[in-house]
Amino acid sequence: MSAAATPLATSSRKREQKKDVHTISLFVKNEPGVLVRVAMVFSRRGYNIESLVVSPAARDGFSRMTITSSGDPAILEQMIKQLAKLVDVVRAIDHTHDDAYETEIALLKLRCSPEERSEILQIAEHFNAKVVDYGRNSVVLRVYGSSEKLDAMTALLRGFDVAELVRTGKILMARGIGAT
Amino acid sequence: MESRMPSGAEKLIQCLEREGVEYIFGLSGGAAIPIFDALVESSINLILVRHEQGAVHMADGYARATGRPGVVLVTSGPGATNTVTGLLTAHMDSVPIVVITGQCVTDMLGKDGFQEADVTGITYAVVKHSYLVRDSADIPRITREAFYISTTGRPGPVLIDLPKNVSQGPCDAPFVDDVELPGYSIPGRADPEDIATAAAHLSAARKPVLLVGHGAVIADAGKAVIGLAEKLHSPVVNTLLGKGAVDETHPLHLGMLGMHGTAYANKAMDDADLIMSIGSRWDDRITGKLDEFCLGAIKIHVDIDPAEFNKMVRPDVCLMGDARLVVEDLLPLVERGDTDEWIERIKVWRKRYPLKYPKQGGLRAQHVLDRLDALTEGRAIISTDVGQHQMWAAQFCRTTTNRHWMSSGGAGTMGFGFPAAIGAQFGQPEKEVWAVVGDGGFQMTQAELATAAIHGLRVKCLIINNNYLGMVRQWQELFFENRLSGVELEGNPDFVKLAQAYGIKAFRIRRPADVDRILRAAHAYDEGPCVVVAEVVKEDNVFPMIPSGAPFSSMIVEKPKEKLDKPVGST
Repeated sequence: MSAAATPLATSSRKREQKKDVHTISLFVKNEPGVLVRVAMVFSRRGYNIESLVVSPAARDGFSRMTITSSGDPAILEQMIKQLAKLVDVVRAIDHTHDDAYETEIALLKLRCSPEERSEILQIAEHFNAKVVDYGRNSVVLRVYGSSEKLDAMTALLRGFDVAELVRTGKILMARGIGAT
Repeated sequence: MESRMPSGAEKLIQCLEREGVEYIFGLSGGAAIPIFDALVESSINLILVRHEQGAVHMADGYARATGRPGVVLVTSGPGATNTVTGLLTAHMDSVPIVVITGQCVTDMLGKDGFQEADVTGITYAVVKHSYLVRDSADIPRITREAFYISTTGRPGPVLIDLPKNVSQGPCDAPFVDDVELPGYSIPGRADPEDIATAAAHLSAARKPVLLVGHGAVIADAGKAVIGLAEKLHSPVVNTLLGKGAVDETHPLHLGMLGMHGTAYANKAMDDADLIMSIGSRWDDRITGKLDEFCLGAIKIHVDIDPAEFNKMVRPDVCLMGDARLVVEDLLPLVERGDTDEWIERIKVWRKRYPLKYPKQGGLRAQHVLDRLDALTEGRAIISTDVGQHQMWAAQFCRTTTNRHWMSSGGAGTMGFGFPAAIGAQFGQPEKEVWAVVGDGGFQMTQAELATAAIHGLRVKCLIINNNYLGMVRQWQELFFENRLSGVELEGNPDFVKLAQAYGIKAFRIRRPADVDRILRAAHAYDEGPCVVVAEVVKEDNVFPMIPSGAPFSSMIVEKPKEKLDKPVGST
């Protein structure tokens, strides 16, 4: 699983689906309604968007969307063509098998006793997570990196009392001079 | 004296005039009053309809008959939502229309104001593109973009939602000629390597079929396709919407294929070693069961919309581009194939499985349509509704000229035929235009009799009246043990009297012996619209038929003796 759907669940069944997770990058005109038009391409086929990141692009008036969704590659291929067909979508690229740098940030809030805290901090240190809030009975961790790394850390912390988990969803950029 | 700054509405109408708009089909209402006001002094003719759905179908028929975009103007809320069926119809069939909807003032958006509807939200799924105009300064740019997007590439409907304060407010923005749409490109010529590959396949084929779809009509590719067919000596079939691109009376033409296509067209498809689709999207009405669709054939797919490639079938060669340009580029590269045996085989099928209908047992729709075809000699524009009459018209009225056949193919919209014929008649005033409709669909938009009457249009409306929703009745008879449910149209009006109530000339055909005489009289009548009511036998079936979702081999050419399984296709 790449992202926010049910990130704490890392059963073998979920792992098997990993091969079908696609990361799609869109370069869009920042017009009202563009998000709805994009979302409708997925909802029409009954596909879930598993994560979605929208942010301003380097060029004024344009935005970036990074979407992860899983499903039949043939259907996703057709959906990407339907996304590219939208007037407000300048580019739609499936980066699933591309050489691209990917990253994601997660925030985790754990309820913990002082005894549990040291083990949590050990795990955090291993994943280069930073403690961004340190309370009497709680700790908030921030970690970034590949979605798989975030999956692994959240899985290890599942043995503790995870109060909240927020993930940004994956963003990526093509390496070298290739377009994202 | 300085001239007054135009309002947004006046600017909009000026933009429409610059686009060459002759007619606007519409119905007024509160939020659209400023736009209707601006029309008072315009050269554009306003055609006032009786229901907004009728306006959209008229604009659609106008566009299909002329190739120019049809324009609709309605008010907010229910006025706008009444256009949704028409938008779907145009969207499914790639018809260029621009629909302008009034909207409540921007300050009231999202606050449930009177006659407010989130029209862009409601219509996202049925438009090629849409705009909610928030600033009157955007009107010239948006109008230009709307027409550009609607008419180019794969055409389609574009909606402009115009709040009342934007149309009422001043607009001094200059007119716009050039569009800047980085996310929109229009394919022209296909990749030369793909063209060469396709040409090699075509030249090598022994049993080719050229499958002509609506894209060939839109691109006006007919002449090029005939050239290709004659050079290859290849038979041609067309989809329901491909009718007219290539003259259906051409010796190489096998008529329509698919669920109710001719047996010889379907047999040719099933046995072909190469099929080239030219602007058809391999709709489920023509492929039947996809897993068994033309397995032995090399498939070449010509389409301007790359999203159609690999959607239904996985073609061996995809040619992205304008249908006419692609076929023209193929022409010099192909060689005359060795198809004599193939053509002979098809001749046998044509002889063995002709289109036919019983000559006894009362008045038959097929008879009326067969005679209409003979009378009009393929020169009339024919606009059908949806159902049995539509399939019979497609079979028996052979279309010889491009843009002379219109029908709601993708959406299957009942109520389309008559208003679309009105729109076509406005666009082609010199042509003879016939609406061919059933009693069910006609009643959905019959209010437009008034529109035809007040403009003295010479449009002719042939109502095939069997007092049934006949196609559903046919399915219930064949697949549901004749358990009729929701198909009997009790309480139909006397359509002759109905037409007369609008001051419209009306004829009635009761007996086979009346057919020629009355069709000739209607054909000759030129003082205004006329209605011909053919009181046909109640229970009749369209054959040939490939049950929905079944392979070509399941085609039935007459009523089967044994009980049939329920169809597995979605509709």
